[in-house]
Amino acid sequence: MSKFAQVTVKNNRYIFSGDFHHICPNQPIRDLDNNGRLTGITNPRDMTYVHSYGGEAVFFENLSRGKIHGSRCDNPECEFTGTVYLPFRIHCPDCLAKNTVIDLTDICKTSARIHTFMVCERSGAFNTLAKPMKFINIEFDGVATILMSYLSVGEPRIGMRVKPIFKTTDPTYTILDLSWVPEDTQKNQLPPGFSFG
Amino acid sequence: MITFSHRQLKTPRLLRPVYLVTAGLSKCDRAMPDKRTEELCIEALAMAAKLIDRTPAELKKYIHTAYYGHFADHFGDQLLGEAVIHDRLGLDPLGNVGIKTGGATGGSTLWEAVKAVASGYSDCVLAMGWERMDEVPTDEGNHLIACAADKDWETPLGHIYTGYYAVMAQKYWQVFGREEDSFRRTLAEISVKHHGYARFNPFAHGGMKITAEDVINSPVVAYPLRALDCCLMSVGAACAIICDEDTATELTKNTRNKPLRIWVAAGSHTLRPACRRNMEIPLLPNESPDQYKDLAERFPGSERYPGFTGFLAARISALYAYNMCGITDPSEDLDLVELHDAFTISDIQTYEDLGIRPYGYGRDYVESGDCYHTNPRTGQPGKLPSNISGGLIGCMHAVGATGIMQVFEVATHLWNRWAEIHGDKALWEKFGRQKPDDWQDLQVAGARRGMAVSHAGVGSHVTCTVLMDPDSLIKENA
Ligand SMILES: [Zn+2]
Repeated sequence: MSKFAQVTVKNNRYIFSGDFHHICPNQPIRDLDNNGRLTGITNPRDMTYVHSYGGEAVFFENLSRGKIHGSRCDNPECEFTGTVYLPFRIHCPDCLAKNTVIDLTDICKTSARIHTFMVCERSGAFNTLAKPMKFINIEFDGVATILMSYLSVGEPRIGMRVKPIFKTTDPTYTILDLSWVPEDTQKNQLPPGFSFG
Repeated sequence: MITFSHRQLKTPRLLRPVYLVTAGLSKCDRAMPDKRTEELCIEALAMAAKLIDRTPAELKKYIHTAYYGHFADHFGDQLLGEAVIHDRLGLDPLGNVGIKTGGATGGSTLWEAVKAVASGYSDCVLAMGWERMDEVPTDEGNHLIACAADKDWETPLGHIYTGYYAVMAQKYWQVFGREEDSFRRTLAEISVKHHGYARFNPFAHGGMKITAEDVINSPVVAYPLRALDCCLMSVGAACAIICDEDTATELTKNTRNKPLRIWVAAGSHTLRPACRRNMEIPLLPNESPDQYKDLAERFPGSERYPGFTGFLAARISALYAYNMCGITDPSEDLDLVELHDAFTISDIQTYEDLGIRPYGYGRDYVESGDCYHTNPRTGQPGKLPSNISGGLIGCMHAVGATGIMQVFEVATHLWNRWAEIHGDKALWEKFGRQKPDDWQDLQVAGARRGMAVSHAGVGSHVTCTVLMDPDSLIKENA
């Protein structure tokens, strides 16, 4: 019986358990227009990768707690000191000093608006979002950058006010734990597992 | 706000003149179950040799280093595929290196090849690019392309790269296109043009005789983009031979290929499109400092630059390239262009980034008829024909090969060999394609200078490659 790949860290080393890959047989590819002659072979690949969030881990951990963290350059020597980033940047892109992690939850709740958006019927393999997907790019007061995310309720429109929701029940610990809804959305309209934080 | 130092904006300089001597292209198609990639690469190299009346073996004796453009190892499940191709081309033990910059891989490969010759390291370099996007189903292909975005912040969002592009399209559509039906029709006309030109190109696999209505009624992919607004996914290979002056002269002696001066410049604006900081618009030589002062009044919503409406990488690469070779106005100084029309709307965005039209007015390049081989309004030659190959929408998009295909296509005009190559009935037959009865000669008469723009998704990397007849240079000592 196979078991999902699991990883923990101990003494700053990864400890692996479970199955990280599955072996499936190669299958011949045959040309039906030419007497079924061999043209190639399938190469099944099913692997689980391990990935470190590094200095961004705090952002992904806090989504599950209903918080949005960004970062700010506080280096007084920096030409652009005080610049606030969301998406989170571990280091200032100008001076490369380590940024200060800051809680932007309130700014996100009060000033988020849609900069642009797109509604997509198609997805790539491994997608877990419901279709049509409503991607939105969100701007915030006092934040230098724009955040890419998705709208879970209603139809997006440029300039529309939105507020964040969080997958606080069974979080995925990915960017998908953060989503957005129109500002007048009520609690009972939220998708399963999501809350206002 | 992002700012640049004058050192960062220094005009790039080649230490000696560099020439495109010949180029080649394989058949391009959606799938090629009967061919290994090396067979396509050999097809392209054999064509390059044939155009200068040499055998592949003779041409290979000149090659000193090789640059290979191949974007996605994932697609072929073959890491370091470059080494496999290099060996199969029989070029061991020459030095070689792989280049990957997403959709701009072909252009970046030329960028490296040109620098190798300009520096004096090599006198003759092979730039070869390929991709095969037929070895996974389409949805997995979309996932693999989306892996080129930021895997923590973007890829989980739908695993579809088109989506990251489409948010830019939506912004442009609303801000500069004003959601007008007339703008939607102009987008459709680009698709009609590119599918139409591709009908006369034996290498192309997207040739179609369609109308604007067909485009506007095709299935929505991501509104306002429809299926016929989008580029092809292809398998194919393309190559170019880049040389110094002496080698170029020797290799082209008594042939129909005149060595063409070549310059390549590159810019970037890395992924995470949502994470763009704003800046002042960098001005091209044909723009004035005050011309964008009231842009936001004319087009509300365009306050942020580059925001989601322009490709900063395209603008910066054009700035470097124009200054390098003396272009002051692309519409006046160039005779034709091949642009990276991943989508009809990104094609329009690029007209503005390149200064073919000012920001906000890209649509006029199409509506004026300037972008056509023959201006449909006047019946006269178009002022600056674009994508006569059919581009990515009509000809092909085999990622690592695309930027080199574009340069091959521009060069055939500058050599005045477009009709000879594209009208060759034997080539149509070899590719198993029917040469249309209404086939037209699309040679741009008297073409002396051209440009190809190679572009990676959401504008992460862009290169501008300029080709000039050495007797029609704009700037001495360029
Ligand atoms: Zn800083």
